[in-house]
Amino acid sequence: MTRINLTVDGSKVSDDVEPRMLLVQYLREKLGKTGTVIGCDTSNCGACTVHLDGTSVKSCNVLAVQADGSEVTTIEGLAQDGELHQVQKSFRECHGLQCGFCTPGMIMQSVDLLKENPHPTEQEIRVGLEGNLCRCTGYHNIVKSVQHAAAQGGAQ
Amino acid sequence: MIPAPFDYLAPTTVEEALAALGQHGDDAKILAGGQSLLPVLRMRLNAPEVVIDLGKIHSLRGIRDDGDALVIGAMTQHSVVEHDPLVAEHATLISKAVEHLADHQIRHRGTFGGALAHADPAGDLGAPALALEAQFVIAGPAGTRTVAADDFFVDLFETAIGEDEILTEIRVPKHTGWGATYEKFVRVAHQWPIVAVAATVRVEGGTIAEARIGLTNMGSTPLRARAVEAALVGQPATEDAVRAAAAHAAEGTNPPSDLNGEAAYRAHLATVLVRRAVLSAAGTT
Ligand SMILES: Cc1cc2nc3c(=O)[nH]c(=O)nc-3n(C[C@H](O)[C@H](O)[C@H](O)COP(=O)(O)OP(=O)(O)OC[C@H]3O[C@@H](n4cnc5c(N)ncnc54)[C@H](O)[C@@H]3O)c2cc1C
Ligand code: FES
Ligand code: FES
Repeated sequence: MTRINLTVDGSKVSDDVEPRMLLVQYLREKLGKTGTVIGCDTSNCGACTVHLDGTSVKSCNVLAVQADGSEVTTIEGLAQDGELHQVQKSFRECHGLQCGFCTPGMIMQSVDLLKENPHPTEQEIRVGLEGNLCRCTGYHNIVKSVQHAAAQGGAQ
Repeated sequence: MIPAPFDYLAPTTVEEALAALGQHGDDAKILAGGQSLLPVLRMRLNAPEVVIDLGKIHSLRGIRDDGDALVIGAMTQHSVVEHDPLVAEHATLISKAVEHLADHQIRHRGTFGGALAHADPAGDLGAPALALEAQFVIAGPAGTRTVAADDFFVDLFETAIGEDEILTEIRVPKHTGWGATYEKFVRVAHQWPIVAVAATVRVEGGTIAEARIGLTNMGSTPLRARAVEAALVGQPATEDAVRAAAAHAAEGTNPPSDLNGEAAYRAHLATVLVRRAVLSAAGTT
């Protein structure tokens, strides 16, 4: 067991974990943060995307011990004081989801994308989301949602 | 799936990491960004007893200007290399290749040294490193040695790094003012290349004065297309001249045949991609 100390969605947490435990497992199984989901076994789908020290990562491809000393933000930590993040609002507004499975990862990656590039073109949005797969929407409304969020100043 | 159990060490200096490697030898595996190693461990294709994480060794991160070369720390993340102004100016070919490597999330974690040490023949950084004649600085129990790119890639997933050694930095000779293009041929987004071409050229008054071409996924290691390089020198940067030189692209290669394409298809692809890459690098298209 290895001791880790980190901040998750604003709360300090400290745990003894097996070194082989993946960050996504830690979030879901130890902390009960099941908003972050697992969609594949190959680190391709992006459903498990969270922010690690402010940048997006696939939490199925990071060990919990590698996050020691870091700050993690999951989809559950995006809303502030009960108010949804602009990107969350825009996905709802523009119907940027159908089954919703890819949505936590799509939103976390979109937030990262807008932080780097507050006014992306349609092509830049598509490239920015290339590590996130959606089986339902054909991406059309996802791209619209990100454009909507950008227009509303979603990068903050 | 999750990895088989292992012990975890997180040294904070290269010396500590080398000592740990020395102690655990064969049973140990180095962890850089984990973007290739963790999938391997999760699929249980490998089950080391000890994992030595380089993530806490800060001296291995960062890019610095060292006169006629840039020095890229092995643990520098792809996303840092991608946006670095020094790399963009003096090693444009690397900026161009990194931009198309994997996706944003993977580039935030994966490292320059990790990708080169992994030595996947379809990896996007080997061909640019070869073309730019990078030098690999490797630390071991007996001290530090430097290996030329030509000698670094040994075989499929095999490099000159010994089992008791660590890649610490990569020295890239400056190619300031050279045009550069990385032509990556894929069928779907964020895939490894079926074939890719790394081309960088120096054009003087419309004539190609110097050319360096690296090939990705045309054999068990990245390869230099030396016949093309030789044929380009002294030629005008025109469609016809470049097309003629590019016809040599597959000489001396041994491309794989797999679900993405037969060897002959890859050989053809290489000639097309070399032509496109050189014309674009020379500013003709
Ligand atoms: C979904 C997905 C898509 C990808 N797409 C691409 C792509 O399009 N093109 C591409 O090129 N790559 C791609 N990759 C791989 C990516 O480039 C990895 O980041 C890279 O190959 C490994 O770097 P790393 O730092 O993560 O190394 P790790 O995974 O931590 O290590 C890789 C190997 O190198 C060894 N190693 C690492 N650092 C050192 C060192 N300093 N000294 C000695 N040995 C060392 C490790 O022991 C291990 O065997 C992709 C990966 C994924 C998961
Ligand atoms: S679950 Fe992490 S990328 Fe698919
Ligand atoms: S909404 Fe179903 S996978 Fe994207």
